[in-house]
Amino acid sequence: MSDVKFSKEHEWLKMDGDIATIGITKHATEMLGDIVFVELPDLGSNVKKDGNAGVVESTKAASDVYTPVSGEVVENNQAIVDDPGKINNDPENEAWFFKLRIKDKSELETLMNKEEYDKFAKESGN
Amino acid sequence: MEIIKTKLYNLHQKHRAKFVPFAGYQMPIQYSEGIIVEHKYTRSNAGLFDVSHMGQLFIKGDNELTNDLEKIFPLDLKNISLNQSKYSFLMNEEAYIHDDLIITKVKDGYNIILNAACKTQDYKIIKQLLNDKYEMILNSDLSLIAIQGPKAVNILEEIIKGPEKLNFMNGDWFKYLDEKIYITRSGYTGEDGFEISINNDNVEELAENLILKGVKLIGLGARDTLRLEAGLCLYGHDIDLETTPIEANLKWAISKKRLENGGFIGFDKIDSQIKSGTKRLRVGIAPEDRIIAREKTKIYNNNNEIIGEITSGTFGPSIQKPITLGYVQSKYSALDTKVLLEVRSKKYPAKVCKLPFYKKSYVKGAN
Repeated sequence: MSDVKFSKEHEWLKMDGDIATIGITKHATEMLGDIVFVELPDLGSNVKKDGNAGVVESTKAASDVYTPVSGEVVENNQAIVDDPGKINNDPENEAWFFKLRIKDKSELETLMNKEEYDKFAKESGN
Repeated sequence: MEIIKTKLYNLHQKHRAKFVPFAGYQMPIQYSEGIIVEHKYTRSNAGLFDVSHMGQLFIKGDNELTNDLEKIFPLDLKNISLNQSKYSFLMNEEAYIHDDLIITKVKDGYNIILNAACKTQDYKIIKQLLNDKYEMILNSDLSLIAIQGPKAVNILEEIIKGPEKLNFMNGDWFKYLDEKIYITRSGYTGEDGFEISINNDNVEELAENLILKGVKLIGLGARDTLRLEAGLCLYGHDIDLETTPIEANLKWAISKKRLENGGFIGFDKIDSQIKSGTKRLRVGIAPEDRIIAREKTKIYNNNNEIIGEITSGTFGPSIQKPITLGYVQSKYSALDTKVLLEVRSKKYPAKVCKLPFYKKSYVKGAN
């Protein structure tokens, strides 16, 4: 997972050409608890870096999902809408949230690599 | 104020609890397996809840105390039997609710189980209402644990003989180690089960013993999803100092005889609300989609007018649907009435529905 980037809002991002696959980190799911509902951004919509791009709800509370980069939503993962439990089981692979076609790759520069993120997650404790 | 740890704190920690501050106590919200597993385990097997933060009030007295308590609680205490428990509430003159509680008639008086956040205030209110005539102990030497679920009865029986014979909402003294402990058949999950009042020194051993027999620790998170599926009110959310028992649809908990004769605090308001109705009522509301409406969600009618507010809402792990409790204007309280819930600025269709969401499985003797 060396090509995976992470945000301070606990999202991960993986690039393939100009398509970014985005999800939430294992650390995020551990903080949220059992996820029972997810709302994804509409196909074809444009989302903005650090802007709102969906919601996850655990049995306890609702939390916003942010996008670490700007782009057009080209795919969203219906499998996690139908079975949100997948997010807890495999958040950093099967349970990706949405895919974006991105224009400005420089936005990736502010994101963390795995080592930096692990350190950040450990230190922030939230 | 320093946060209080219950006597099971180390045990919670050992089972990798996540803690939250709750009513001045450090309480486990969940353990390592999470709320859904804990919830389902309680429904299929047996769960163990540390509820030691709740108030255990003992009031010592005889018939005179019974008379005086009838001036406070809308119960027919003269005619309940020894060791019988009743659900009730402490109200003010306006019939607004200070707290909801379980009161049990015991040999030398009454035991009252109070909500953690209210217990100190309740103690003062009750003491004053009783004109300081009776010995009252808000016990801090006792812990309280609940074992809930279809297998609770058999598991408890392996450790303590006798409680399996109790009817629902009845209690008695039993022996554990060298101590007499008070056990009632009751709970807050919609399942059969027991609440065990036990000396602080022995609670950890009993809890460990129950865990060895197959009971799992359950946190406050699953306690909330379980009680909500069972349609039960949570004080501070579904009922409080701005709601009356009639608005909260809790008339069933008021003794019929007391409704006829009155003589308790709040009677005038309750009597008039029964006769002329209330402006609003507590109902169950089921969203049509998989959308979770949390506390404070606004409820609308088809004309885009606000008609009420959600007071509790979550996803019900056993029924696999979102569930909510809330108050609506009374004319919208009929079953199947269509309403709209506003979640994140969008309105979602929902219907007034029957309570409980999950069918209760209490043993005989329930009321």
